[in-house]
Amino acid sequence: MSSDITSEDGGVVITKMNDLLNWARLSSLWPLSFGIACCAIEMMGSMASTYDLDRFGVFPRPSARQADVIIIAGTVTFKMAERIKRLYEQMPEPKYVISMGSCSNCGGPYWQHGYHVVKGVDRVIPVDVYVQGCPPRPEALIGAILELQKKIEGEHLIKA
Amino acid sequence: MTEVSQISEFGKILIFLITGIIMVCVIFFFNRLLAPSNPNYEKLTSYECGEEPTGNAWLPFNSRFYVIALIFLLFDVEMVFVFPWATVFGNHELIAADGRWGWFSLAEMFIFLGILILGLVYVWAKGDLEWIKAKPTVPTTDVNIPLSFYEQLNLEQGKFVVKPFSLTNEPVISNKPALPAETVAKDAPAAVASAKVGFKPTFKKPTNE
Repeated sequence: MSSDITSEDGGVVITKMNDLLNWARLSSLWPLSFGIACCAIEMMGSMASTYDLDRFGVFPRPSARQADVIIIAGTVTFKMAERIKRLYEQMPEPKYVISMGSCSNCGGPYWQHGYHVVKGVDRVIPVDVYVQGCPPRPEALIGAILELQKKIEGEHLIKA
Repeated sequence: MTEVSQISEFGKILIFLITGIIMVCVIFFFNRLLAPSNPNYEKLTSYECGEEPTGNAWLPFNSRFYVIALIFLLFDVEMVFVFPWATVFGNHELIAADGRWGWFSLAEMFIFLGILILGLVYVWAKGDLEWIKAKPTVPTTDVNIPLSFYEQLNLEQGKFVVKPFSLTNEPVISNKPALPAETVAKDAPAAVASAKVGFKPTFKKPTNE
């Protein structure tokens, strides 16, 4: 979909059903309000007024039933991995995962000697976008949201 | 708007209701049509913030909350009455018509509040606001150690001596005999230096590389 919908003289917009659905989905990416470690502080910062993730339609939801995205923001311990797996399973489809920060990407500083840390959350649940950083700046998380929107834009929800 | 509307005020509410119901039905229909459905056991379990749901959701609830909820409801309803009263009370036209109106409505509201406060006083006097607490009985055992022994022990252990204040920088713990101030000043840098030398960080080489 192009930016024709914002044209001033109104008129008719013709689009494909698939594009309309994708546009609706990528404009309201609702993450599960779920933070594990210090990356969650950056996530909160990017949702607050300075970086204002709400302008991308990103609005944290308290229940997994209403969420589209789960942002894994922090160190994933084996104890937490079980919960993450369950939360991911309880989200309605289509669902996406953003792995935020080194810890959830690959174990981060615990990659070698952390006996309790999962070496990358992608060993538990499939990850769509990885954000590098320890912790990533809010700009990086916004970048991840934009990348995820690009990914959703190319999807085909309706099987032709 | 010279014509008399055919729809009454309640009719408008009916239109709102019907539109609301139709919109919800349409959205649910499209949701059923478009949303992918892949249910599995994990997805269909209760959402308990990621924890495994255990036990029954129909728990026995403490009946003491009932009284609290009832009293809360009383004053909640009172507030519902006070808000519309405030708008009528502040009506300039009514006050301009008759000056006694303000006093009358004020007195009326105070009577209403007074009746409700009487109810609160009644509840308070009956002791329903008191949270019933458990009365644990301390178990007593038959032992030969007298209580005075514990008192003596506490007295002995409770003897804390505060170091008297002095301007000279004396060491806090000194098992040596007191030294003159000059020797203390000379020794102090040496002690710091030896403490620095004493710490030797060791690095372990990673074995699996």
